[in-house]
Amino acid sequence: MKRIFSHPKALRKVATHYCPGCGHGIVHRLIAEVVDELRIRQRVIAVAPVGCAVVAYHYWDFDGCEAAHGRALAVATGIKRFRPENIVFTYQGDGDLAAIGTAETIHAANRGENLTVIFINNAVYGMTGGQMAPTTLSGQKTSTTPSGRQVSLTGYPLKISELLAQLPAVRYVERVSVHSPQEVMRAKKAIRQAFINQIDNLGFSLVEVLSACPTYWYMSARQAMDWVRDVMSKEFPLGRIR
Amino acid sequence: MGRLAESKTLMSGNEAIGEGAIRAGCDFYAGYPITPQNELTAYMARRMAEQQRIFIQAESELSAINMVLGAAAAGARAMTSSSSPGISLKQEGISYLAGCQLPCVIVNIMRGGPGLGNIAPSQSDYFQATRGGGHGDYRCIVLAPDSVQEAHDLMMLSFELADRYRNPVILLGDGMLGQMMEPLKLAPFNSLKRGKSKQWALTGCLGRQPNVIKSFYMQEGQLEEFNRALQGKYKRIQMQQQRWEELYISDARVILVAYGTMARITRSVVRRLRQRGERVGFLRPISLWPFPQRAFRRIVERRPRANLLVIEMSYGQMVEDVRLAVEGRLRVEFLGRSGGGIPSQEEITRATARCRRR
Repeated sequence: MKRIFSHPKALRKVATHYCPGCGHGIVHRLIAEVVDELRIRQRVIAVAPVGCAVVAYHYWDFDGCEAAHGRALAVATGIKRFRPENIVFTYQGDGDLAAIGTAETIHAANRGENLTVIFINNAVYGMTGGQMAPTTLSGQKTSTTPSGRQVSLTGYPLKISELLAQLPAVRYVERVSVHSPQEVMRAKKAIRQAFINQIDNLGFSLVEVLSACPTYWYMSARQAMDWVRDVMSKEFPLGRIR
Repeated sequence: MGRLAESKTLMSGNEAIGEGAIRAGCDFYAGYPITPQNELTAYMARRMAEQQRIFIQAESELSAINMVLGAAAAGARAMTSSSSPGISLKQEGISYLAGCQLPCVIVNIMRGGPGLGNIAPSQSDYFQATRGGGHGDYRCIVLAPDSVQEAHDLMMLSFELADRYRNPVILLGDGMLGQMMEPLKLAPFNSLKRGKSKQWALTGCLGRQPNVIKSFYMQEGQLEEFNRALQGKYKRIQMQQQRWEELYISDARVILVAYGTMARITRSVVRRLRQRGERVGFLRPISLWPFPQRAFRRIVERRPRANLLVIEMSYGQMVEDVRLAVEGRLRVEFLGRSGGGIPSQEEITRATARCRRR
């Protein structure tokens, strides 16, 4: 009998610390599946962020490195330049990649570093208790925008993927979501492409994943999925950006 | 003379440090422009390319030190260089490097502070270098050369110590040392097979369990246990790596203590006073951390009535370590200037005379 579904080798059989309905677990698994399918588990080095996914390296079964908040792409640059034969990716949230790490992100992309970036956009800081993120939607309530994000005071949701797509050295940018099985399949395809680009030495590839945070959106898991579909993906349209 | 001319080359301190790194087997350099260390970055840009090694001009000091962290985690001999304000920006990364127990070399060609200060030579980053600078209970090994030759030679040692202890090493110089030119005898190229012995490094988990480089310990008691292990390492370094130079201690009534550029000027004063028959001694810490306490304990035993005069291009930083080392048993005087001022030979001579009279 042909086996068509099993636990990915690259994903450890441990319980994660993520909240019910959180998108991190789904994306961790998609990465593990892609790593298995491309047979690169023994070449991969992950760079984890500071944020909810801070211990992501404990969930995958391959080499991993910590990075200070926002510095993942500088750390990944150091690893990849010294070990170009390895497959190096960063896994970063919106605060990490698009607020405190904006400079590292833009300059790694502008240098065309041959890296893969998995960018989790959930529109809040989850780890620290639901503060406003650079990607928080206008009017969205967070612990630091208690009456809703007011763009006149705090600016607009930052579309960093669209910004990065302007840079000539960037190979591939796509925004996906994991709010439905269909979108999960699309997300996996994009993640796979971002890894294949690195294997083929094509340069900087980034996949932005819209990911639910029911806990700090103050919703049920189901409501959160619907909110990604009906509200968040209107502000952050899905599809290939570059 | 002919032979001497053949075997030596004239180089600035910044370039000699760069060539020292090249010969020590530095695989990876990342830096960001700042005066007065720019010659070092430019030298590395040229030489690393010639050697087919990695040079990156980063977008910031933060990025440069974190690129070094990544390269070090992957097993490289990695370094960065900067000057005081840039070194302040690197402190977060240095704390992480210490917490991840990663070897690397950080060169600080000190200039005046606080703030933007100026670009004149200074020694006012002693506290930052020896006390940690970033957050957490950690130490960097700190080496302070006083000549172009020693700066070159200490780069070899810096990479060795960094690898041996899996710890950041700071080479602490100043703008004077970085800019001045002296004849230099080049060290031989280090022929070690790099990266081979680093079992902990990130290389991909081919044929082994995955490696993780981290400083994050959330389970109860884990971080305390980790800190105890770190402290054990620091104690070993303190036992094994105290380095200093001393002159004329055995009969000295006043012992002048200085490091780096300040030690050059001080040594000249001591030699001149000796020629006049004055019983003056000289002590130069080379390792600032670990501080050479052993040298001072010996002075306490051998010259219990001597006075110490500490001279710095700061308003008194190393002098605190001298006072801790002699535990109040010797009188310790201080002479210092900062913000571009350097104590002159005349000022040192007068301060020495005041010490002698006491």
